[in-house]
Amino acid sequence: MAGNSFRQCPTSGLYFHRSAESLMKAHAVMAVVFFLIGGIFGLLVMLTRMPSVHLLSAETFYMALSIHGTDILIFWIIFFEVAVLYFASSTLLRVRPAMPGLGWLGFLLMLVGSCTTTFSFFRGNSSVMFTSYVPMPAEPIFYLGLILFAVGALVGCFLFLATLVVAKREKTYQGSIPLVTFGALTACIIAVVTIVMGAIILIPTFLWSLGLIPNVDPLVYRTIWWGLGHSSQQINVSAQVSIWYAVAAIVFGAKPMSEKVSRTAFLLYILFLQLASAHHLLVDPGLSTSWKVFNTSYAMYLAVLASMVHGLTVPGSIEVAQRKKGFTNGLFEWLRKAPWDNPVFSGMFLAMIIFGFIGGITGVVMGTEQINLIIHNTIFVPGHFHATVAVGTTLTFMAITYFLIPVLFRRELILPQLAKWQPYIFAGGMVLLILFMLGAGTLGVPRRHWDVSFSDAVLKFKFAGTAITMLGMAGVGGILAAIGGGAYCLIAVGSLVFGKRLDENASLFSSFGFPMSAPAYKVSQPDQLAMSPIESHGSGSHAAPGTFALALVFLVTFVVYFFINAKYLSSLWHMS
Amino acid sequence: MSIHPPAQRVWWKQPIDKIEAAWIGLALIWCLILFAWMPYWHVFGKQNLSTESYKTSTTAFEKKTNDMIAKYTVRKEADGQIPVVAPPAGSNVYLAASKWAWNPILELKKGESYRLHISSLDWQHGFSLQPVNMNLQILPGYETVITLTPTQSGEFGVVCNEFCGIGHHAMLGKIYVKD
Ligand code: HEM
Ligand SMILES: [Cu+2]
Ligand SMILES: [Cu+2]
Repeated sequence: MAGNSFRQCPTSGLYFHRSAESLMKAHAVMAVVFFLIGGIFGLLVMLTRMPSVHLLSAETFYMALSIHGTDILIFWIIFFEVAVLYFASSTLLRVRPAMPGLGWLGFLLMLVGSCTTTFSFFRGNSSVMFTSYVPMPAEPIFYLGLILFAVGALVGCFLFLATLVVAKREKTYQGSIPLVTFGALTACIIAVVTIVMGAIILIPTFLWSLGLIPNVDPLVYRTIWWGLGHSSQQINVSAQVSIWYAVAAIVFGAKPMSEKVSRTAFLLYILFLQLASAHHLLVDPGLSTSWKVFNTSYAMYLAVLASMVHGLTVPGSIEVAQRKKGFTNGLFEWLRKAPWDNPVFSGMFLAMIIFGFIGGITGVVMGTEQINLIIHNTIFVPGHFHATVAVGTTLTFMAITYFLIPVLFRRELILPQLAKWQPYIFAGGMVLLILFMLGAGTLGVPRRHWDVSFSDAVLKFKFAGTAITMLGMAGVGGILAAIGGGAYCLIAVGSLVFGKRLDENASLFSSFGFPMSAPAYKVSQPDQLAMSPIESHGSGSHAAPGTFALALVFLVTFVVYFFINAKYLSSLWHMS
Repeated sequence: MSIHPPAQRVWWKQPIDKIEAAWIGLALIWCLILFAWMPYWHVFGKQNLSTESYKTSTTAFEKKTNDMIAKYTVRKEADGQIPVVAPPAGSNVYLAASKWAWNPILELKKGESYRLHISSLDWQHGFSLQPVNMNLQILPGYETVITLTPTQSGEFGVVCNEFCGIGHHAMLGKIYVKD
């Protein structure tokens, strides 16, 4: 390519290619837009599930819940992930993005797809939740939108792979790709598998909605749909863990304790997810026990093992880096003296702790074949996945946004004081929301339910008073989390529009995807990215005893919580 | 750093840190225990989902349910709309889910076992026995069969906990258990 197309960020030293930069910005901005839409509907859903408020009508509630689930789980997260893919390939490897024109086509497909599906919700006849279990029908444009969106995301994945090939061929880096890019590569491979699964099931369902296919078997649908639904959570985990490593590197200069362990753990994600969808089908008819046990165990526990490894190595690498800087007193000085008022760090660290301690533990417990009997489709389930996606993934993306606004968008953060508090408000609210959803679910309160007082039912049933109280308390947490989410949108969008320009070329247009004007780009090709200097590894001087202690606390919590649930299960009516 | 290429191209030959090795060992042991617990519970636990299930059709299942209702109805509830059925212990009991009702109401005996067949006549539904908190996914075209032994007496709600359309929250059934 002729001319200079790279610029070097003066604070981070990263190189941004003009086309990749624009694509990142466009995807990130759309992500935030869908976060905002999804978040508003999340709040409305919450205000309806609070028994004392009961805001929306039943019909609007189910529509709002469909919008919340789809727009926030799928559109917010995947738009952001595609931006992460461009960052982890083009920026981290100092390479031009492969075929940026196609990148814009992918973006366009995702945009049209997400808007189409969202539009179908507002028409009111597609309130089928993001799972759209057949034979409950949605309008054809609901499925069509999802398919277009998936194709667009697939284009983004292939361009990521193509960019890696270009980097390799043009020798823009020495040695192997960095760990963060490796993690993104894992996410990308899983995404391709996932989208293929999605195509296998959503295309026939689309044809069925058009009347071209007589029926779609509900069990086949659920099995393949969860091949998409579950694996896509593994994309999120890979992406968020990559960002954890990136934040550890950016904020602390940390390097992985051992590249071998961290990379092998990423590989486990790829190897052991294929049929992990089984844990969504544990109480379904038509599937054998051995299939369920085998697929939840080999597939899930080895992926769980991988997450437990990252859960040690990410904070461990931070601890090692901090100890080298002299924070060596006791077990936890390294943690106490961490930059807790920097939202890039605090957001990432809170996300990691809540993801592991709440999301991870509850996920494994309810993924146990028999224990699922006391949890399936109760509000415990949204409790669990708000810890994994709404905190783990979402808060991680929020944290890295605070890094990207100055570095990628070249704007100063507005409201820095609010930004400092935002991760705590969001995480605090979410933890309340999650704990009370888990609690109410343990008492049997169903998910996706407009009225647990059953006032419209012919028969009567009353949940325990504590269950109802807990729904109300969850609402308090949900409102706080929504305030935290609103603060994020305000800071992110506000900074792009009103934030002080860190580069005179960072115009309003360039905040939303247009490239900065030519003078910003001064480099034609950055120097080759060098390997990290060799150092001795292994323990001794590098020990991370504080992290190990935390890990042991985690393990004990895990074991105790598991056996509490096993005990609860044993109090049920007998069945075989 | 994690955003730079590793110091050695051959990253898979690096030695493992002691702490990491210890943690991987512990985590792996715990995963194996979790795995072993499931077969263990199948042998020693009293709450296991049987894998007995059949392909069926909504009409066939509806007919079996109605035959049972015709045979064992003891009274009607809710202004004569819903039959209450008291099948003999050990018999085949049918429960049909449809938009938006569980049909019929069952009356069982504590400590007795029943072969409970559940299926849906239209969309997907969720069988959620409350406050016992036992939850099953119910699909049209598939008949779930469980051998169920109530261990408590009283009045229990059958909530639908799979979203099944606009009347979902009004879909409530009932099971009585007598001493
Ligand atoms: C802004 C704060 C948020 C609040 C107050 C909130 C609240 C809720 C509530 C009350 C439910 C409904 C439970 C039910 O009736 O079944 C729900 C469902 C859900 N939420 Fe959130 N949420 C928030 C943020 C998020 C975020 C950030 C994500 C993901 C990135 C997320 C993903 C989901 C999903 C996937 C569902 C399930 C929808 C379904 O059952 O189809 N939420 N949320
Ligand atoms: Cu139902
Ligand atoms: Cu329902």
